[in-house]
Amino acid sequence: MTSYRLSQGGLIDRARPLSFSFDGKPMSGFAGDSLASALLANGQRLMGRSFKYHRPRGVLTAGAAEPNALMTIGKGGRTEPNTRATLQELYDGLTARSQNRWPSLDFDIGALNGLLSPFLSAGFYYKTFMWPAAFWEKLYEPFIRKAAGLGEAAKESDPDSFEKCWAHCDLLVIGAGATGLAAALTAGRAGARVILVDEQAELGGSLLSETATIGGVPAAQFAREATAELEALPNVRTLARTTAFGRYDGNVFGAVERVQKHVATPQVGRPVERLWRIVAGRALLATGAEERPLVFGGNDIPGVMMAGAARSYLNRTAVAPARQMAIFTTNDSGYALARDLEACGVALTAIIDSRPEGAAPGLYKGQARILTDALVRDAHGGKSLSAITIARQGRTETLRLDGLAVSGGFSPVIHLACHRGDKPVWSDAQGAFLAEDRKGLALAGAAAGLSGLAACYEAGARKAVALLDQLGIAATAGSVPTVEGDIVAPATKPLWSIPGIRGKAFIDFQNDVHRADLALAVREGYAHVELAKRYTTNGMATDQGKLSNVNAIGLLAEARGVSPAEVGTTTFRPFYTPVSFGALAGSSHGKHFQPVRQSPLHGWAKKNGARFVETGLWYRSAWFPRTGETTWRESVDREVRTVREAAGLCDVSMLGKIEITGKDAALFLDRVYCNGFANLPVGKARYGLMLREDGFIYDDGTTSRLAEDRFFMTTTTAYAAGVLNHLEFCAQALWPELDVRLASVTDQWAQMAIAGPLARTILQEIVDEDISNEAFPFLGARAVSLFNGALKGRLFRISFSGELAYELAVPAGYGESVADALMEIGKPKGLCAYGVEALSVLRIEKGHVTHNEINGTVVPADLGFGRMVSAKKADFIGKHMLAREGLTAGNRHQLVGVVPLDPAASFRTGAHILAKGAAATLENSLGHVSSSCYSPHVGSTIGLALVRAGSSRHGEEVMIWNGLRGEYTPGRLCDPVFIDPENAKLKI
Amino acid sequence: MASLIACPHCGRRPKEEFTVKGAALARPEPQAGADAWFDHVYLRDNPRGPYQEFWHHTSGCRRWLVVTRDTATHEVEEARDAALWNRETAR
Ligand SMILES: [Zn+2]
Repeated sequence: MTSYRLSQGGLIDRARPLSFSFDGKPMSGFAGDSLASALLANGQRLMGRSFKYHRPRGVLTAGAAEPNALMTIGKGGRTEPNTRATLQELYDGLTARSQNRWPSLDFDIGALNGLLSPFLSAGFYYKTFMWPAAFWEKLYEPFIRKAAGLGEAAKESDPDSFEKCWAHCDLLVIGAGATGLAAALTAGRAGARVILVDEQAELGGSLLSETATIGGVPAAQFAREATAELEALPNVRTLARTTAFGRYDGNVFGAVERVQKHVATPQVGRPVERLWRIVAGRALLATGAEERPLVFGGNDIPGVMMAGAARSYLNRTAVAPARQMAIFTTNDSGYALARDLEACGVALTAIIDSRPEGAAPGLYKGQARILTDALVRDAHGGKSLSAITIARQGRTETLRLDGLAVSGGFSPVIHLACHRGDKPVWSDAQGAFLAEDRKGLALAGAAAGLSGLAACYEAGARKAVALLDQLGIAATAGSVPTVEGDIVAPATKPLWSIPGIRGKAFIDFQNDVHRADLALAVREGYAHVELAKRYTTNGMATDQGKLSNVNAIGLLAEARGVSPAEVGTTTFRPFYTPVSFGALAGSSHGKHFQPVRQSPLHGWAKKNGARFVETGLWYRSAWFPRTGETTWRESVDREVRTVREAAGLCDVSMLGKIEITGKDAALFLDRVYCNGFANLPVGKARYGLMLREDGFIYDDGTTSRLAEDRFFMTTTTAYAAGVLNHLEFCAQALWPELDVRLASVTDQWAQMAIAGPLARTILQEIVDEDISNEAFPFLGARAVSLFNGALKGRLFRISFSGELAYELAVPAGYGESVADALMEIGKPKGLCAYGVEALSVLRIEKGHVTHNEINGTVVPADLGFGRMVSAKKADFIGKHMLAREGLTAGNRHQLVGVVPLDPAASFRTGAHILAKGAAATLENSLGHVSSSCYSPHVGSTIGLALVRAGSSRHGEEVMIWNGLRGEYTPGRLCDPVFIDPENAKLKI
Repeated sequence: MASLIACPHCGRRPKEEFTVKGAALARPEPQAGADAWFDHVYLRDNPRGPYQEFWHHTSGCRRWLVVTRDTATHEVEEARDAALWNRETAR
């Protein structure tokens, strides 16, 4: 393989050779190379296949806009598809693979798509592949996916770490070319807090590809000296390899720093990428300008390249872009490349200048033939450029060469200035879209349409002074260093369409949109810029149309006979360039994805053999299998029976617990619950229903009065956080005049339910006070002393199971030992541990509701709680909307019980209830089963259901219909309380 | 992605620490009547421009705030404690 590397020059380190591979072929480059420059140096022009037609493609740019040279880098979990070779720094051992080709890059069967191109024109998704409809899913879509692919994501998980952070500054400078360095130096020297970001590996921007001198030293050296000065300033942070990808409200910018994407093996303990959120007092966009391609036939053949890119490869990485070059330009910047090529000894055949007048007089002193008023009509070649056809004054001429550099003018990089919905403005004078300065943000240098290093430097310094002045920080611009060899290219009239083209003339290289596609869109009535974009997919690839959008707008304008100003642009949105999911996720993956909440009794449950179930963040003990039990149902049935016959202990620590204090605490509770609490005596607990302002039930739980001005509330596990937020809202925003304080104590107390006929006998052994029925009746609540004064706790005589039951709360750290002690004491009496599955069976048997029933559509009366709602209170949350007609109607869905007619039959939660004999349709559904379980007490499956007018239908035969599974179970509606409807067990 | 809310108690904090409840409306008097309550619970203006909302500094001081936010630009003009707002505005 022939080397295109020049023997001298460039910023590469020839003392540090690096080896890498491309599609398995070993190659070598130098430190300072990008993957693209190293490939070019090795003579590898063919770097990928295009999206739709699988055309051979080479590298077009030297930066972020690259649409062609997308590769898959790395191995295993570190595989990174769609990496732009232009931004990937070369490292020793890098492996790169081309994409979208099969079986190989050189011989790609998909290239046949090129022959099918009449069927793949604009709108082909909507036409060719529309009929018959069934073919889409089976044939067309898989075919398109396979044929028109990008790289493939790795199946392995990423072994590397990512992080996110915040930064604050007075001035954020985005882009570290001449403009950005001048701004950062000006602000840094004035003592302002500055952050300077640039997407390249080294600060300097275009200075690194320049041959001009600044202040008497080569431009690249000037950039390195400026960088060194900035890095020495304590008030300046420089971030290379960092792309500012979005601008958000509050002048917050998102940026991603590629910390270790340029090394073979990232250091453990450091992230590979870091997502920055930068809060900028003021921001300066010094983002430069993107050179525009020209739309001639075969403009995508490897060997055709942007002129600025060719200059960068030549000057920065000492790579000759070709053996025999020509330059096709609409402006003076192409002549800078001509000068540099000749200085490096690269043969330059011709400069084709579209302008009749050609370059500014005296600009070019080289030997190349200059053809003014001339256009490149077509480029020729397969996998590499071999010739171009030039049209000039009615005649054509063919030149044989292997490299063509192109410059169609410059589009300022204004994306970040437009991310907040601001529209760019077309400038006829600049032949480009410009953005206006906004609150907190200014543009300078090439991003504002300037050309020339001296002009950019001056503007950067001046704008920095102006922005800092807005913050009250005094800065001075200083003098502009002398620039020798500066090429100022005044804007010229854009060249949109070239007549007489034979081959495909690409506008959007990455999405394979060519000129005929756009013409078709116009013909078919999709000439509006937003429609044309969707119809042709122009600008919709991962490069987001950085090279293509302005050309497409120019061509649309020409076709419609209007100015580009009238066509306008599509909407600019973050992200400026693709950002990895890893960076956005940061450290939130694996065990850091979400916290794990373990109850203070987790250890107790574990040693009792619990199976755990995730409930939100909590790990709750679900059941406690014993030797010989082979199914969960066996364990649950045994636990349920034990509670009904002896006693059980269940962890209920995850219920929300809120301490409510203050002189107005009782009044406050009266307003947040629909039932009365002001008259709750000290030492008593009460079940409470909390409504939403629209009258529907929000949550339920028990609240106990521990003192005149102190209450202890429990909430459901799921709504613990929500209820506290709600109570805080009520206390702060609705009734700030009330003296009430709220504190979450969920994590402070371990709480266990001890339920069953023997519960008291067992508990009395550790509780010092008398807890006989007389001394501590149902709904008692009090502080207790435990283990002969060793520990203080709280005891509540409340029951979810319908049995004689207590809830004992002890400080969290003592939870496990207290539970252990109770298990030990209770063992001879048959006490068992029971989990949430048994808890659920016990509560369904007793007809207690949970959020299965409190599903946002029920009011108290629907659940049989109508009489709980206070008629006396003037006000409580939900009172005023609860009186609405529709919420009091008799045909509402109401809570009932349901059993199968055949005890051996069963049904599932979610099944519909149909009237006996009714057709199985959703229209005929009377309601649904909200909870169900196997009840050892009843001896069959039982359920709770919300059924239309259910409370008056007890005894009615129905059909329980599960449409998803095609199950039909004849059943009967009944009272929702299956056990002890007189509540006798609670009061023994 | 990343607006900052100037909590009167905690300073400028990222919006991820907050929970938004919606329009900051004064609760009607108990006897305000069905129409007033219906309006309060269900009907919302949808203005382009400044809009007052209840925000809860959930992962911070846990105070409810009234935040004035521009619905077009997301620019936050003001954030004050809801209790203060209640005393001065809602009555
Ligand atoms: Zn706060």
